[in-house]
Amino acid sequence: MTSRTLFDKLWDAHVVSRFPEGPALLYVDLHLVHEVTSPQAFAGLRQAGRRVRRPELTVATVDHNVPTGDRALPIEDPLAARQLDALAVNAREFGVDLFDLQSPNQGIVHVIGPEQGLTQPGMIIVCGDSHTSTHGAFGALALGIGTSDVEHVLATQCLVWSKPRTMEARITGALRPGVTAKDLILALIGRIGTAGATGHVIEYTGDAIHALSMEERMTVCNMSIEAGARAGMIAPDETTFAYLAGRPRAPTGAAWARAVEAWRQLATDPGAAYDACVTLDAWAVAPQVTWGTNPGMVTDVTGAVPDPADFPTDDERRAVSRALEYMGLAPGTRLAGLPIDRVFLGSCTNARIEDLRAAARVVRGRRVASGVRAMVVPGSQQVRAQAEREGLDRVFRDAGFEWRNAGCSMCLGMNPDILRAGERCASTSNRNFEGRQGRGGRTHLMSPPMAAAAAVAGGIVDVRQWEPVAS
Amino acid sequence: MIEPFVRHTGAVAALPRADVDTDQIIPKQFLQRVERTGFGPALFYDWRFRPDGSVNPAFELNRPEAQGATILVAGANFGCGSSREHAVWALSEYGFRAILAPSFADIFYANCCQNGVLPVRLSPEEIAELLRRHAAAGGAYRLSIDLAEQRVEDGAGFAARFIVEPYRREMLLHGLDEIGRTLLVEERIAAYERGTRNVERGTDGRTSVPRSEFRVPRLGEGW
Ligand code: SF4
Repeated sequence: MTSRTLFDKLWDAHVVSRFPEGPALLYVDLHLVHEVTSPQAFAGLRQAGRRVRRPELTVATVDHNVPTGDRALPIEDPLAARQLDALAVNAREFGVDLFDLQSPNQGIVHVIGPEQGLTQPGMIIVCGDSHTSTHGAFGALALGIGTSDVEHVLATQCLVWSKPRTMEARITGALRPGVTAKDLILALIGRIGTAGATGHVIEYTGDAIHALSMEERMTVCNMSIEAGARAGMIAPDETTFAYLAGRPRAPTGAAWARAVEAWRQLATDPGAAYDACVTLDAWAVAPQVTWGTNPGMVTDVTGAVPDPADFPTDDERRAVSRALEYMGLAPGTRLAGLPIDRVFLGSCTNARIEDLRAAARVVRGRRVASGVRAMVVPGSQQVRAQAEREGLDRVFRDAGFEWRNAGCSMCLGMNPDILRAGERCASTSNRNFEGRQGRGGRTHLMSPPMAAAAAVAGGIVDVRQWEPVAS
Repeated sequence: MIEPFVRHTGAVAALPRADVDTDQIIPKQFLQRVERTGFGPALFYDWRFRPDGSVNPAFELNRPEAQGATILVAGANFGCGSSREHAVWALSEYGFRAILAPSFADIFYANCCQNGVLPVRLSPEEIAELLRRHAAAGGAYRLSIDLAEQRVEDGAGFAARFIVEPYRREMLLHGLDEIGRTLLVEERIAAYERGTRNVERGTDGRTSVPRSEFRVPRLGEGW
């Protein structure tokens, strides 16, 4: 029998049909839907007189466009309200479950899928959102799709996809104290570039990966798309099963035992081949900070802003100059010590309970530097509630952070949570594109403890040099 | 219904930048629409317009010779980032029928094909040559693209071949509705759901995970 990778096994198990010209029709086990990329898809269905083929495999939430302030107040932005209403109407009309603003389970789609136990190993999961790669942390094949494909999946429960290539990202060693999964994935993207894995699905392997918690694995898989990979995945193991056990939508009883038995078979067979392979030594990774306008423009916190002249090609020199101009940074500037105006602790990359705990450990007993506006936006209302049970909200509030309701918030700035032009932000999100967090805003991506430390220090600091304040 | 793409001749606009992301192509403040239309005026908004709303004359697409362009030549990794199909709707509504670049991000590439916008991958050297010719002509430069022949040429000595995978090519050439096409094999989808699918297995002729354990989860009902 041929040895197969985790990806091969999932692919093979989901092929419904093959088109003569190449692509396969793959069955989708879970379709997550949110308010921004779905209205046109539902409208298309309605126009063609089609229904949702498997509404029970389709789950909707509101996240991108929702206000994160007081939920009791009416939504001020009429366009946002219209989009939220459209999803409510569509969910009702087509029989799809919706976690709306009033739901205690509302949150960022990539946070609530795992949290509810909807995300399970062996599934194909799609969503009209590029960070669907997050769910690959469970050994699912999870990818972002455009709105036309959303409509296709709603109507057929299938996805047309040409088999991508596979890439193994083997992460050896272990992370040093103060270094997180965010640093790991940023370092990897810095190494292979933002198009380094285009056309590929990444499988993360190695000791450093299997030592990670589920939340850390989600952070890694989440940013696969920033390396160009449509999906990133990690073979399920005991950590995965322990996370899933008892989740609301996870199997129970005898079904659970059968499921775990099946999930154990998913790991890549010894000797199975990938189309490409990269390796990274986790020991060598330091806390990362981006200096430019894409996640590949990143370096160690101990490093400095590069000089465009040091890059080999004209294209790169131009891109780096452009980025530095936008970021308002001179070559050679040390990243540590760079003053910041804003701090954003949030997003589907880093707003889970462990992220908030790690940030709170840094903040506890300290205060946000004067002149800095810092906010915590939990990834879901469940995360928020859990954090409040643990008293983390008090830690943040006492330090001067805003404590908000769940949503994408300033990760993409569709709502009033945005940067003003020229403001510099330490952010735990995933994209530092020009204008991503607000037109003219300058984003530095980093881990939650690093962003928390930046809030207190008023500028970028190396969190490894910070001691917790004894409580 | 998408417009078929068979052959197209048109004026070229150049955007010689790498890693143009979909946040730039259509900034988030324009994503609140629930229609597929109305995005053209917001294309590259933050680059086309200054913060005060006036036109930024320095931006490539605002040059007089770029007006009416239907073909965009751009740098590598075009369309990276967010999956927002709004980016393609904006490009299409603005008037672009084809984008030429050394490489595209995967989701953006698929989104183009779904909307009758042809993504053409050429080698970095070919793109560099096109940009040189575009500049040498002072921006008054036209290309002809033939999808059936998978060929692009300028009628003045430049010609290059490109490849679009056959499935996508068929869809683009005929403006096919992909859902309708998939529903032609609806029987197979139903068979798969019944767990009695009758299709080729993996290369080894079997799947190592017992299908009964694997198929058609009913969320919330256990297995
Ligand atoms: S948190 Fe940011 S990256 Fe994640 S789904 Fe929301 S907008 Fe997208």
